[in-house]
Amino acid sequence: MKARIRKLTVFVEETRREMDRPVDPPTRKAAAVAVIRNPFAGRYVEDLSELIEIGAELGGLLGRRCVEALGIAPQAAESYGKAAMVGEDGELERGAVDKGAALVPSSKKRGGPGQVLDIPLGHKDAAYVRSHFDGMEVWLNDSPRADEIMVAVAVTDSGRPLPRIGGLTVSEVQGKDGLR
Amino acid sequence: MPEPKLRKLVTIVEDVFHEGGPVRDTPLKRGAVLAVIENPFAGRYEADIAGFMTDLEPLGLDMARRLIDALGGEAGAIEGYGKGAIVGQGGELEHGALWHVPGGYAMRGALGEAKAIVPSTKKVGGPGTRLDVPVTHINASYVRSHFDAMEVGVADAPRANELVLALVMTTGARIHARIGGLKAEDVKGEDGLR
Repeated sequence: MKARIRKLTVFVEETRREMDRPVDPPTRKAAAVAVIRNPFAGRYVEDLSELIEIGAELGGLLGRRCVEALGIAPQAAESYGKAAMVGEDGELERGAVDKGAALVPSSKKRGGPGQVLDIPLGHKDAAYVRSHFDGMEVWLNDSPRADEIMVAVAVTDSGRPLPRIGGLTVSEVQGKDGLR
Repeated sequence: MPEPKLRKLVTIVEDVFHEGGPVRDTPLKRGAVLAVIENPFAGRYEADIAGFMTDLEPLGLDMARRLIDALGGEAGAIEGYGKGAIVGQGGELEHGALWHVPGGYAMRGALGEAKAIVPSTKKVGGPGTRLDVPVTHINASYVRSHFDAMEVGVADAPRANELVLALVMTTGARIHARIGGLKAEDVKGEDGLR
């Protein structure tokens, strides 16, 4: 692995009740966050390919960690998302380099230790599935330091608790174009 | 008193490989389990609340077992622990204090012969409030390498009528511990202190 990970944190959230109604089966989300050194902190660098390689490696690792934490088979994942936060000596463009070919909803920002990062979530086969529009908040009190990048992936095995605002449902997904 | 009404369970596990010093092959693990439950006493002053401590015991034990599982499944690998509570704004600090006894009971029940007092903290707060849960060695509070803490919180909890209950465990000393004091290998393990 090219990335030197300082810290890897996994969050799992399981919702069993909402507005005093049971959520059965519970909805579950996981997020895995890696903190790595930003090799380009403090200066402008034109060629970011080193980070692109690191991003690809980390994306796979973090996705696996989420699936393991949920205790599900990879194909049982229903939605996913990703996000990155660059420490204060870094540049926002470096948060963008972990993009793969598939449409994974993403967000990024520059920030400091303890700052909240909201990872957007969308259905993995069809972006328009309304019950799976969601997000997950992660934070690490000591990250990102000025010369670090926090890279995050979130995976769920479910949509929101008690979804009831209509739109495209999971059962209607065609799964051909990634949208519907 | 009714069984606690559980809205949400959150597990957080950190693998720490280094903090600027030598990189470990086997990371230090720090973990937390948080339960978001309804506060049965929110919105009023209730004189008699102590019975709820017994009601919290099964939940506490379940949380402690989940936490050990999340940290690798070996109770023997756990070296540090702590606990805490966040009380939603409709409650009072005393409601958070209800967690002291069942939280400690849960840790000892799951870890066996842990000797040291479980360090703890609590506060009143709104959704997203973070709590720095103190951590010390499970058998001897004075083990300096294991003085630690873990920040925990849940984005949408506690609501006004809720409690967030937290258990924290670690698998070892701070990642680059080097400030002397009582060492884990020198623990006598008689009084829970040294």
